[in-house]
Amino acid sequence: MCESSSSRVTWEGCSVLLDINDGDRLVFARLSPAAKLKIGNKNCSLQPLIGCPFGTVFQVDGPFLSPAQVNGNNAEEVRDGQVSVESRDKVNNDNNPEEVRDGRANVDSRDNRALVDNNTAQSLTGEDIEAMRRQGAGGNEIIEALIANSATFEKKTSFSQEKYRLKKQKKYAPKVLMRRPVARSICEAYFKKYPSKIGFLRVDTLSLLLSMGNVSSNSDILVVDMVGGLLTGAVAERLGGTGFVCNSYIGQAPYSMDIVRIFNLSDEICKRIVRSPISDLLSQKESPEQTLQPDDACNVESQSNDQISASTSMEDISHSSENGISDLGAENTEPAKEVWKAPKAGERAQKEIIDLWKENGFSSLIIAAPELDTWTLVRDILPLLADSAPFAIYHQYLQPLATCMHNLQLEKMAIGLQITEPWLREYQVLPSRTHPCMQMSSFGGYILSGTKICSTE
Amino acid sequence: MLSLHPAKKLSFNRSISNGDLVIVYERHDIMKAVTVCEGSVLQNRFGVFKHSDWIGKPFGSKVFSCKGGFVYLLAPTPELWTLVLNHRTQILYIADISFVIMYLEIVPGCVVLESGTGSGSLTSSLARAVAPSGHVYTFDFHEQRAASARADFERTGLSSLVTVQVRDIQGEGFPDDLTGMADSVFLDLPQPWLAIPAAAKVLRHDGTLCSFSPCIEQVQRTCETLRTRFTDTRTFEVLLRTYEVREEKMQSLCGDSNGSVPSKRKQCSGGSYVLGSSPSTSSVMARPCGEARGHTGYLTFARVKSLS
Repeated sequence: MCESSSSRVTWEGCSVLLDINDGDRLVFARLSPAAKLKIGNKNCSLQPLIGCPFGTVFQVDGPFLSPAQVNGNNAEEVRDGQVSVESRDKVNNDNNPEEVRDGRANVDSRDNRALVDNNTAQSLTGEDIEAMRRQGAGGNEIIEALIANSATFEKKTSFSQEKYRLKKQKKYAPKVLMRRPVARSICEAYFKKYPSKIGFLRVDTLSLLLSMGNVSSNSDILVVDMVGGLLTGAVAERLGGTGFVCNSYIGQAPYSMDIVRIFNLSDEICKRIVRSPISDLLSQKESPEQTLQPDDACNVESQSNDQISASTSMEDISHSSENGISDLGAENTEPAKEVWKAPKAGERAQKEIIDLWKENGFSSLIIAAPELDTWTLVRDILPLLADSAPFAIYHQYLQPLATCMHNLQLEKMAIGLQITEPWLREYQVLPSRTHPCMQMSSFGGYILSGTKICSTE
Repeated sequence: MLSLHPAKKLSFNRSISNGDLVIVYERHDIMKAVTVCEGSVLQNRFGVFKHSDWIGKPFGSKVFSCKGGFVYLLAPTPELWTLVLNHRTQILYIADISFVIMYLEIVPGCVVLESGTGSGSLTSSLARAVAPSGHVYTFDFHEQRAASARADFERTGLSSLVTVQVRDIQGEGFPDDLTGMADSVFLDLPQPWLAIPAAAKVLRHDGTLCSFSPCIEQVQRTCETLRTRFTDTRTFEVLLRTYEVREEKMQSLCGDSNGSVPSKRKQCSGGSYVLGSSPSTSSVMARPCGEARGHTGYLTFARVKSLS
């Protein structure tokens, strides 16, 4: 994080989020000279991306990605075109009253009463387009040719024209926006493409967990993370290399933490992500038998790490083979050349630090464990918190949290208990075309939050 | 509120000492911030509490008054502070605050500019997010509010992370010495479109901006102004719904279909017979609270355009 924070420029080996055609496809890729990304039917080398600032927009240029020419009008046009898709839906739904109400100049008040879908508007044939491509015509040239040869383009409304242009741009001149992978963009990307991998944890819900859990520097956060490591990575990002994230689990096999690797966390931050079985945190005695158990756990853990690496490789391969299907996760279409370091995050917690946590308690607790029984888990690990420490529990279903809240009240283990459900709505804001987005995520899960209290009654 | 020394971790079971700020918890919607002062007393409907009785007890303790009533003493956090602070202005609440910090991509070490300071609700959370090596510069054009906010930050222990200045950002922009220094800018102003050129000047490459506006007309003017120097403009609204949980008893239905059912019911209503009563079960039930905050404001996010 130090490196990316100071310069916000990519480096070899770093992880990036590639946004292809404004969210149509989202790919996490690790930059290396040999890395390639398939766009359409072309394999593009990712080497030109190394050393560029985050936020750069690239265009496909044969087998290469080259930075798009700085054309503010183009960027603005495309952006307008993007949102005008929704505006177009609006117009269709209202049978054009919006245009009539605008009272705009004649060009904007055109409507579609005279347009007929007879499939003869475009005079360029597929062969013509292919011939242009073979002669080396760029994507933008093809788009302009298509517009010039469309009999109905001039008769469309301006919104419709932008929609048409955008559609052709996505096909003939795809663009790639390179973004920094941070908790927000990673959560949004996974929620959009693979929500079940992160337990349907939406970005506003994740932000509430971090706030209600009071994640701040020099804190020791106890985490139960069954959402692929997203929660662990987000907490570590907020700690910034101070304090610890203790990723705990039931049994002896840790839960998957694959997503942590996408975060580009610095070594200092990775060292502060540690793992521990809950049984170690709960144990009281220091019997000699315990000296044997850590060894077994280490073996299990190393096997688990191997399995994680193997599953990651298999995931990459399957993504490569799925032609055209949206893929998400670190992508490298040449699996044979994958030489990733072993994950630095997730070392087994040292005994001394576990003893320190037992003596002083954790600063807070955050749980995102959709497959565990909430109440029995909380009953066991809430006493591990320091007094007056906040906690936050996420679940996609309400009933486990209601039962847990009720039991916490009966047992007088916590106060300030509250179950909340966030609601998030996005808006299109354009001159005379402002309205909520017509599609939205209707559900973001539930959070039970509270504060642990002294039990010296 | 924050522990800036690694040796003094938040995780330590700290005891309350003289001069500490504690949150006195009576009920989930009745809390008060109190600075512990030996010799002082707190008086409320549960009785009189001597501060000297609190000193030495751990945070999270239940303490009793001379009448036998009790309250809980909690360690302060930005979330609890948001619920207890004095309202000198309208404030942001946890749903908006947490979303702003996530979307502005604020992490330890970031430099954040905020205007206006208002009551300092968001400022506390920003300070927590940038600690220990980042900084929050917050501006308010109201002299007295700026002074009150400065006093609050002293009280909550955030002074080393927050600089409060009196300045009209809409009219004057941000100070010149902050040019190109900020990772994020947050605007809670009546006319944020007037401050956006200044925000573009202070933001570094890939920096993020957020503007909070209650009215959609403000958002429209803001987005219009954002077009020239910003990209990735998105506007959101975040709301929270809360749930009540209680145990409810449910009467089970009698299975008898013979003629004695009516007489059984009569007996039950009379209350004089036990034999006629039906068994009941209880379940934990949850339902949304009847009241909710229906609108706070629109959050508009944008990113500085790359100059390359």
